[in-house]
Amino acid sequence: MNKIGLIIQREYLTRVKKKSFIIMSILGPVLIAAMIILPALLSEWSQGEKKRVAVLDETGLFMGKFKNQDNLEFYPVYNDLNSEKETALYQRGDLLLYIPLTQLSLPTKAQLFSTKQPGLNVTVYIKSVMKNVIENEKLKAEGIDPEVIKSAKAQIDLATIRVDESGKEKKSFTEVEVGLAIFAGILIYFFIFMFGAQVLKGVMEEKQNRIVEVIISSVKPFQLMMGKIVGIALVGLTQFMLWILLTGFFLILFQTSAGSDFKESFSTLTEQNQMMSPGTADTTTIDSQKLAMVSEIINSIDLKAMVFSFIFYFLGGYLLYASLFAAIGGAVDHDADTQQFMLPVSIPLIFSVMMSSAIVNQPDSGMAFWLSMIPFTSPVTMMMRIPFGVPYWEIGLSAALLILGFIGTTWLAGKIYRTGILMYGQKVNYAVMWKWLRQRG
Amino acid sequence: MAAALQTINVSKTFTHVKALDAVSIEVEKQSIFGLLGPNGAGKTTLIRIINMITAMDEGQVLLNGHPVTQDDIRHIGYLPEERGLYKKMKVGEQAVYLARLKGLSKQEALKHLKVWFEKFEITSWWNKKVEELSKGMQQKVQFIVTVLHNPKLLIFDEPFSGFDPINVNILKEEILKLRDEGATIIFSTHNMASVEELCDHIALINNSKLILSGEIHDIKQRFKSNIFEVVYRSPKDLLLDKPAFEVIERQNKNGERLAKIRINETANANELLKNVLPQAEVVSFREILPSVNDIFIQEVEKSSNNK
Repeated sequence: MNKIGLIIQREYLTRVKKKSFIIMSILGPVLIAAMIILPALLSEWSQGEKKRVAVLDETGLFMGKFKNQDNLEFYPVYNDLNSEKETALYQRGDLLLYIPLTQLSLPTKAQLFSTKQPGLNVTVYIKSVMKNVIENEKLKAEGIDPEVIKSAKAQIDLATIRVDESGKEKKSFTEVEVGLAIFAGILIYFFIFMFGAQVLKGVMEEKQNRIVEVIISSVKPFQLMMGKIVGIALVGLTQFMLWILLTGFFLILFQTSAGSDFKESFSTLTEQNQMMSPGTADTTTIDSQKLAMVSEIINSIDLKAMVFSFIFYFLGGYLLYASLFAAIGGAVDHDADTQQFMLPVSIPLIFSVMMSSAIVNQPDSGMAFWLSMIPFTSPVTMMMRIPFGVPYWEIGLSAALLILGFIGTTWLAGKIYRTGILMYGQKVNYAVMWKWLRQRG
Repeated sequence: MAAALQTINVSKTFTHVKALDAVSIEVEKQSIFGLLGPNGAGKTTLIRIINMITAMDEGQVLLNGHPVTQDDIRHIGYLPEERGLYKKMKVGEQAVYLARLKGLSKQEALKHLKVWFEKFEITSWWNKKVEELSKGMQQKVQFIVTVLHNPKLLIFDEPFSGFDPINVNILKEEILKLRDEGATIIFSTHNMASVEELCDHIALINNSKLILSGEIHDIKQRFKSNIFEVVYRSPKDLLLDKPAFEVIERQNKNGERLAKIRINETANANELLKNVLPQAEVVSFREILPSVNDIFIQEVEKSSNNK
């Protein structure tokens, strides 16, 4: 087997066999799956118990206005407050909503008695119903028919439709795209740093324990460096694939085990969200309509293109930065010395993440364009732009520049690494590195 | 026949320090060559230049008469002074990896490693992690890895440092055996006893300059100061002709007397014996050659004073 292959094999196998890799591979998907599942699950738990609310309405305005909800049941009571407290609250253990009679104005105050902390969904629902009723009453008092207001209210459904060059129209969903863009950008940043740092650590380990002298007598420094970089890249790809597969696996596992319960709670969750937003829209949303929308959103995003461009930009960005990290690891003697070189190298990467909100707000701005062309920032920036749709020529140009970029940095890094890796006890600064760069042979 | 290895006027300057100044050595095939010198003399720099780890400023390194190339380096077995292994890797796995980097197939590597591990009685370490081994134990592993691919030229930088006397002896035997099997060996050391036992040739470097080199026997002859040691039985001390003979040391133990005698240019050993024989019963008579240690100290001091 050729030697660079042997090095790649060692770098890959020693890392993949590590406990930390195995833990990360399982923990990552568990966390991602939890992020998706948990909100739905939590709402299900919080609604697990059916709550009954006794309504003591002295004003009579709210008769029949409180509708029974999934886990909420309303019933009217008519005795005075103290005796109702006795029966409804203590004996039956229900909640008691008391709306006292007011003399002049409309009732805007109410009390909710409870032996336990009432859930947020209960108070939010009661408030929204009362608000609606009182507003209508006020309108009536001013002589305006609430029906007129209702018909005058308009709900704007602004669908953004993207037209591509061939004239094909496609509905786009900005919120989903923003989320996806930020997630992809951060993930790229995270992967580049995590595996770039492993390259740095690996090179420094070899230099510090001096095994490099033995290995350099068998292989060329460049082979050793590339073997390490490629080996670790494969570790990164393996981790990424495992994350995708395992996340999918966990989600399916959860869905089948939780079954219909999950779907139900998922839909009530979304319903609840709408309810909480101050009561303009009609709260009765049909599930099937929602489901159709979700699937449309998913279809509107080219997931395959996302995964492929993620892999490309991860590899490109990683190769670019990892070779620089390898050069740093090769040049310095001690961990403490890495800082002064790490910072300037990582600034473009950090900058591109800092710019993420500006890029997401205006994915076609001049800054977004240039940041996605410069190889040092393009992996993160381009990943953030892709969900919004980027012309093919831009992607092609950015990809070509990135490839040129990492060929360039690898060439530079190879020269610094080759000299630095065997140099001990020399205080390394930029001037010294510049000298190494110009050394021939 | 071309020398196995030859350096011609090799010079190297680090930033402001001259590390090597026109050093020329010649190592014969199938011999053991000792590279001596005080700390910081430039031994390791020379070894690194031969291995093309450090680039020389001037000069030439010839391997079998040809300028050394990267491909040649792969066929050199090199044990650096500062040696390391991957700490988290298992001993066996690591040995196989390093052997395969040297170009052995996995099967060959396993076969040779088995032999060497048994020879050094370390078979039980195979599945241990390197970090569990002591420093001396790690060095054994490194020695094995260095010689495993049967290189024609072996370069050891301080091979004995860190070893206990028993292991030093095992190592010496293996080094001699490797030479007898056809390898050419260069090693640097401070261990003068090992130089006397092993080396065919030595070179002494001090302050970046080669101050002495040659066959160890020749050098000793060159540095002998015509001192003979006579052990004899006699009731009284020897009386010798002056100024031809000068007694520089006398001892008396267990009824035997010992005298160290310097012979001046005008006389020779036979005349000394003629002088001694009538006076005493001679038990032993031998010429005292300077030890490498003596030569080392004498020459290093001389060259340092000249500066």
